[in-house]
Amino acid sequence: MNDRLSGIKQEILDGIDQLHNSKAAYEFRKQFMDNKTGKIGQLMKEMKNIAPEERANFGKGVNELKEWALQYFDELDAKMKAKEMEMRYESEKIDVTMPAAEEQTGNLHPITQTRNQIIDIFAGMGFEVFENKEIENDYYNFTALNTPKDHPARDMQDTFYLSPEYLLATQTSAAQIHAMETKELPIKILCPGKVFRSDDDATHSPMFHQMEGLVVDKKITLCDLKGMLDVFVKKIYGESTTTRLRPSYFPFTEPSVEVDVSCFECGGKGCKLCKGTGWIEILGGGIVNKKVLENCGIDSDKYSGLAFGIGIERTAMLKYGINNIKLLFESDLRVLEQVKDN
Amino acid sequence: MLVPLSWLKDYVDIDITPQELEKKLFSCGFEVEELIEVGKEVSKVVVGLVEECDPIPETHLHVCKVNAGEHGTFQVCCGADNVCAGGKFPVALVGATVYMTAKDHKTVEGTMTIKKGKLRGYESEGMLCSGTELGVNDNMFPGGDYNGLLVLPEDAVVGTDVKPMLGLDDWIFDISITANRPDCQSILGIAREVAAVLNKELKMPALDYTETSVEKEGFRVTVDAQDLCPRYIGHYVYDVKIAESPLWMKRRLALVGQDAISNIVDITNYVMLEMGQPMHAFDYDYLEGNAIHVRRAGDGEKIVTLDSQEYELTSNNLVICDGVKPVALAGVMGGLNSEIRETTKEVVFESAKFARDNIRKTSRSLGKRTDASAKYEKGVDEFATIHAMKRALHLIEELNCGKVSCTHVDVNTGNSIEPKEMKVSIQRVNDVLGIEVPNEEILRIMKNLCFQPKIDGDELTLMVPAYREDMESYPDVAEEVIRMYGYEHVIPAFMPAAQVTMGGMTQKQKKELKLKRDLCALGAYECIHYSFFSPADLDLLRLPQDAPERTAIRLINPINEDLSLMRTTLAASMLNAIGRNQKKGNLEGRLYEIGKIFVPKELPLTDYPDERNRLCIGVFGDRESFFTLKGMAEKVAESLFVKFEYVPAKKTFLHPYQTAAILCNGVEIGYLGKVAYEVKNDLDLRTDAYLLEIDVRMIPGLYEAKTSFAPLSKFADEKRDLALVMDRSITCGQVEEIIRNSCKYIKGIKLFDVYEGEQIPKEKRSMAFNIHFVPQDEAFEAESVDNFVKKILKNLKNQLDIDLRS
Repeated sequence: MNDRLSGIKQEILDGIDQLHNSKAAYEFRKQFMDNKTGKIGQLMKEMKNIAPEERANFGKGVNELKEWALQYFDELDAKMKAKEMEMRYESEKIDVTMPAAEEQTGNLHPITQTRNQIIDIFAGMGFEVFENKEIENDYYNFTALNTPKDHPARDMQDTFYLSPEYLLATQTSAAQIHAMETKELPIKILCPGKVFRSDDDATHSPMFHQMEGLVVDKKITLCDLKGMLDVFVKKIYGESTTTRLRPSYFPFTEPSVEVDVSCFECGGKGCKLCKGTGWIEILGGGIVNKKVLENCGIDSDKYSGLAFGIGIERTAMLKYGINNIKLLFESDLRVLEQVKDN
Repeated sequence: MLVPLSWLKDYVDIDITPQELEKKLFSCGFEVEELIEVGKEVSKVVVGLVEECDPIPETHLHVCKVNAGEHGTFQVCCGADNVCAGGKFPVALVGATVYMTAKDHKTVEGTMTIKKGKLRGYESEGMLCSGTELGVNDNMFPGGDYNGLLVLPEDAVVGTDVKPMLGLDDWIFDISITANRPDCQSILGIAREVAAVLNKELKMPALDYTETSVEKEGFRVTVDAQDLCPRYIGHYVYDVKIAESPLWMKRRLALVGQDAISNIVDITNYVMLEMGQPMHAFDYDYLEGNAIHVRRAGDGEKIVTLDSQEYELTSNNLVICDGVKPVALAGVMGGLNSEIRETTKEVVFESAKFARDNIRKTSRSLGKRTDASAKYEKGVDEFATIHAMKRALHLIEELNCGKVSCTHVDVNTGNSIEPKEMKVSIQRVNDVLGIEVPNEEILRIMKNLCFQPKIDGDELTLMVPAYREDMESYPDVAEEVIRMYGYEHVIPAFMPAAQVTMGGMTQKQKKELKLKRDLCALGAYECIHYSFFSPADLDLLRLPQDAPERTAIRLINPINEDLSLMRTTLAASMLNAIGRNQKKGNLEGRLYEIGKIFVPKELPLTDYPDERNRLCIGVFGDRESFFTLKGMAEKVAESLFVKFEYVPAKKTFLHPYQTAAILCNGVEIGYLGKVAYEVKNDLDLRTDAYLLEIDVRMIPGLYEAKTSFAPLSKFADEKRDLALVMDRSITCGQVEEIIRNSCKYIKGIKLFDVYEGEQIPKEKRSMAFNIHFVPQDEAFEAESVDNFVKKILKNLKNQLDIDLRS
């Protein structure tokens, strides 16, 4: 009897050499372990044919064999599966240095990015965004901004005319007038927009973007303009940037200033970017001309205002190091792909 | 504007370096665009005395012994024909720099450094120089243009630097003048500012002269167009002796690039530069009828100007006439018929103020821009008009080139040139600035600027000079004060008295930005194109003559024809952008633009046109198809919380069978489709391209749509697949619509297979849909969904003869 038991055991031990995968191992296991047809299962069935005095012994032997076989087959199964997993992994080996699957994400236009950054800064100071028109009439673009017909300042801007009265906005400042005519005081607005001048060369584009800022409230002074722009330039060009005001002229502000920032490339020592001066001209502004307030029906004895205009192209080009304004309007993917939103 | 330092020094003591002066000018509002050192390229050239001069045999050369005073005496070889013993000439020492000339000895070809050398075996330690080699012409120094050595005067001190003597030790400031300061378009105007900023006194140029008792009988000036000529001063000068101007005058004119012509003409130019007032001189002999008559030109009237150009005029142009004919184009240029000649004996000087707008228009319309017209365009004040005439007459006497008669005619509108009183509150001035400028500083600054200030309590009284037409009110005073006091005194503040306001974008702006970001997430890059486009773009789109897009607003003065129309569609710019990309080798990509189109209410414009925001998407490359773009359209709809429907449509520039109109709530808002092959060929596109354009503003309720949450159904949902067989002409949209309308519990319908082939009858197509049913208030009963399907099939059969595939 014991011979039969050890014979089965030996049969199991011998059989595994032919097993190459877990499926074969499972079938092999079934030959022994299946309750009905398995060799060990059948042994259990033979119990009733065993002489009663040997039964206990036989039962014990069969049980020992069964336990041993169970454990043996479980281990075999685990080993086989591990081997198979390993082979599967191996078969799926890839060259990780091959290129990634393309997941293209586009970018906002550099002008939109810059515009958004500027809006974010001033929105935090309480400025709301006011929509601009691209086509303006003479009154809003010039006359109301203290630039009557014979004014020499009209020469400063080469205007595209559409009809005797209508023209392409030469500056976002026209929005100041619309805002002052329609909004309740106090006013704190930003007007981003497209503007147009008859200029077309390496540094000028006939269409470009400006961001007008306007505050009308009580006791607004040049110091407020300086304070506000100081914050702006630090956020845009870095915390160590400082501003310098110098006299200039715009018909719609008085006094008018040109605002320079300390060169963020060289820190003011003088370099190619700042043409050796240590300063870069970035925007113009001033105290709203009282005539402009009065043109909009605002009492200049009670209210005063400040205004500034930022060239968005210039800001973007300085910020991203873009060297030609034309690149911004050519939609060359090689350019657009480079300027990621941050 | 060019301002020589030496000239400036006539009117104000300047004891700082040119570089320091540049900074001062900058700080008070006058940007120096360039600071030019006149004799920069010339160094180590001194007065040399030729002590001995011997010809070198068989050459044109001489070997000379040159005494250069403290620099020693040495041997120099020289090829000039006017070298001689006893003469004084500029000698460039070894190590000196001078201009290098071409073989003609006249054309400058850079600079050179003088080295020791040997000529024909003779040592040469330096070089005797011509005027050209030192950058000096006849106007700078007599003999400057001579093709030989520059002869220096006998009293020149041997060994001294030649630069002061030749006017080469000067600096020129190229200053940009802002439009509000026409009074600074002159040396004197700048001198006033320099005096103010340096705390110095302004020394006025001499204006005195003596009138003789001679009178030009019958001479009269009439001004018909006083609106265009508020002041016209004419003065008769006789016994004119035309000659060259003196060196000092020629040199100054030369420094600012003005050629000397003759004493009378030079005086007019000199006074214009010095005082900012354009002047003109007429040869009286050629004035018919004893008269000057200022009037508008007749339409078609002609004039030949000094430069021999003929112009046909209109009544928009102002002319100066004699008793018969035009003799000058007012404010722009004199007429050839009355120009100053060598024979001129009598002249009438003109000093006038003309309306700046009229001069600008004339100058623009005739394409003729002169120094005079440039000054008039910016504005000339009557103060200058009067003073310039005085200065010119003074110079007539000083140059001894004529006699000043007592015939002086001043036709004006009665404008005073006396200072006008102006009172402002000091508090208001400080309120503009946000700082308290000490009263004594205000007094000092305003006094320096010739405003004769007085302070009484808060009241500042000023006497505003007539040339300061820009001074109107307290903000102007604030600007004068701060630009002289210094902008560094402005302390950053943050609106301590202002109200708190809410900032940020409007709903519309936020939505637009969200749409842009969503498109970026689909791999599309934002573009910005010009708001104008070309008539050729309308042809590229093959738009018929009566297409609404052809009603575009035209620019009156475009840069060129390609930028001459305001856009009525974004499609053309996008197509061109795709074309440019493909030329650069970018063969696939996704682009979009949100921009405006301009729809005029009438032409020419008399009212604001409709500026409508449009979205245009262009995709190109082998991976794109109608359906990839349609997928983007669906994302756009999702981003805007709306639903789009698509119906087959035609566009002249799109594929006739791969184009759809986009509808939103039944309103047609745009289109999408494959770019037509003809357009593709026009643009040399190497891959197919697809275009979408939507009029964003036409989307109903665009900016109100909000996201909302629907509670999840508590009951189990069910899905069924239906394979349907139908006529090939039936569209997916038609089938979906019938299915959708058949049952209110349908949440989604998805086409997952299309089949045409042997397993179904010819001329038929099979479409398989997955339909998602979601119960609402109660669970579906056992039979419900089966019944829904039955109803769907019945409707499909009845309406479009569609069967379930067996």
